[in-house]
Amino acid sequence: MGDFFEYLKSQWSFAQEHPALAFFLLVVGYGIVMIGFFSAFAGPVTWVERRVAGRMQCRIGPNRVGPHGFLQWLADGLKNFLKEDLIPNAADKILFRIAVYPVFAGVFLTFVVLPLGPWIVGADLSVGVVYLLAVTALVVTGIIMSGWASNSKWSLLGGIRSAAQMVSYEVAAGMALLTAIIPAGSLSFQDIIEHQGGWPWQWLVVYSPATFLAFFVYFTASLAEGNRTPFDLPEAESELVAGYNTEYSGMRFLFFAFAEWANLYVIGAVITAVFLGGWRIPGVDIATQTNNIWLQFAGAAIFLTKASVLVFVTIWLRWTLPRLRVDQLMLMCWKYFVPFGIGLVVLSLFWQVLAAAVPTWVTSAISVLLTLAGAALVAGMFWRAWYNIRAGKDAPVYTWLI
Amino acid sequence: MGSVSTYFENVKNAAVTIFEGMAVTLSWMFRRPITIQYPDRTPEPVKDTLPDRFRGILEVHIPACTACSACARACPIDVILVETQKHPSGKGRLLMRFDIDISKCMYCGLCTEACPTGCLRHTPVFEATGRDIHNLVVHFVDGPVVPYKHKKGRPVPASPPPGDIVQALLKPWDAEYVAWSPGEFVERDAGGGDGEKGAASPGKVEGGATGSGSG
Repeated sequence: MGDFFEYLKSQWSFAQEHPALAFFLLVVGYGIVMIGFFSAFAGPVTWVERRVAGRMQCRIGPNRVGPHGFLQWLADGLKNFLKEDLIPNAADKILFRIAVYPVFAGVFLTFVVLPLGPWIVGADLSVGVVYLLAVTALVVTGIIMSGWASNSKWSLLGGIRSAAQMVSYEVAAGMALLTAIIPAGSLSFQDIIEHQGGWPWQWLVVYSPATFLAFFVYFTASLAEGNRTPFDLPEAESELVAGYNTEYSGMRFLFFAFAEWANLYVIGAVITAVFLGGWRIPGVDIATQTNNIWLQFAGAAIFLTKASVLVFVTIWLRWTLPRLRVDQLMLMCWKYFVPFGIGLVVLSLFWQVLAAAVPTWVTSAISVLLTLAGAALVAGMFWRAWYNIRAGKDAPVYTWLI
Repeated sequence: MGSVSTYFENVKNAAVTIFEGMAVTLSWMFRRPITIQYPDRTPEPVKDTLPDRFRGILEVHIPACTACSACARACPIDVILVETQKHPSGKGRLLMRFDIDISKCMYCGLCTEACPTGCLRHTPVFEATGRDIHNLVVHFVDGPVVPYKHKKGRPVPASPPPGDIVQALLKPWDAEYVAWSPGEFVERDAGGGDGEKGAASPGKVEGGATGSGSG
């Protein structure tokens, strides 16, 4: 944002005369554009989720509102706008009202540091990763507030579960992020992205075996932080009705749901930035990309594509795995992810020492090998899926289209 | 097995089972859903897919109805209302009213078994709805009619294809409810005829119908 402002100043005389006002307008404008943009992202993701869920369960999903049901999210949003905003009589009314804002803010504040291009970023904080971990912790505050203020046992249990889960998995998520930060040598998202290259074998995920495993650890831990299945214990509908948002209705309920789906993008974007090369375009160096505004937009498109693929994987995982039990969740975190995370950090540190000692071609070869391993994983997934389709060949074939 | 190997075995199992599970769900992404999109995108009309003895909405073919009220007595939940009255000429009876409340009907089929002429039957029609539940009461008789009387050697009047009668009587879903009132007495060929043609004086038959609809 600062670099972009310098560029604006050189192009636009108004910015030179009133730099403070121009900067204020720029920041407010960027905020509005970003909130609008991610609202327009979170909405359709709900439609994508329901369509994908339908197809994975051999049904169709919403297909009535708009082409292929695409406008379903608008219809649902409108419906929630028009519904009555109920507040239970016995609820703590003030707390109940304000509980949605920390959840919403916690998710949207992350957009400050998530970069879409060299200039397309709210603020390139030097402690970006720490900031991100800090503001996502704000979400749990809102969830506990809503659970407590609802004065309902379902809500309270949901809120407390969420707190336990987020506090636990933040440790694992932090360790996994640290594993990737060690080779990058910076906590700023822009620096981490600039440290990587455009091609898959230049990404941090394949930098070392430690970062390769950290990718999976972070992905799982961030699912748990975002209350996604298989870790959606705070809103386990079979046990807790709807968990912390049981008593909410109308717009407030929508805000919770909205924050949850916006959080999907945050999960994807953080992994893209830290592990998958961010906005780097293959074969284009940073200077070229910074100086050409169209290349910046192309980088943003690449970033969003990678994030969308990860969002799809998150949705896919949700419709594959059943929910964990509370004790299994805690066991998984403290007995598997946290020791693994610590081990990965140590391994990553050793790797830095090793990489300095051995010739560069050795580390490059390992990166290429890990890239091949990742490609083999994806190919193996498609091969197994193809095998499953062929195994079900004698299933009835239906002759009409959706 | 040592606890350390169990630990890593667990990790391996988790990874492999999640991978396999995701492969299964992914494979379903590429298959055609089995959902049948009732009612507008079915491969053939749903009516044609129904079994032969499907018990849909009841209908009465009035020209073959003897007004015996056997159906009303057989009905366990008083869905059918049959009202008869003495013929103004003093001879015979008039069928004043034949209502079936399809919102209450539970499609048990006892009435159809009781019907002596087979004029009461289930149809393949199963779609009926309305803003006002009273609109789901189907009135099969508009005005007093002379009931059918069977004579040896004469066939029971042929009925239209099942479903046609009740389909024509069902009101649109958004129709306003208008209370039913018996219409004028219209002499009509009640099928068998019982020699009373022209005997009844035209004119509105006032109330006081003798209800025999209680089952």
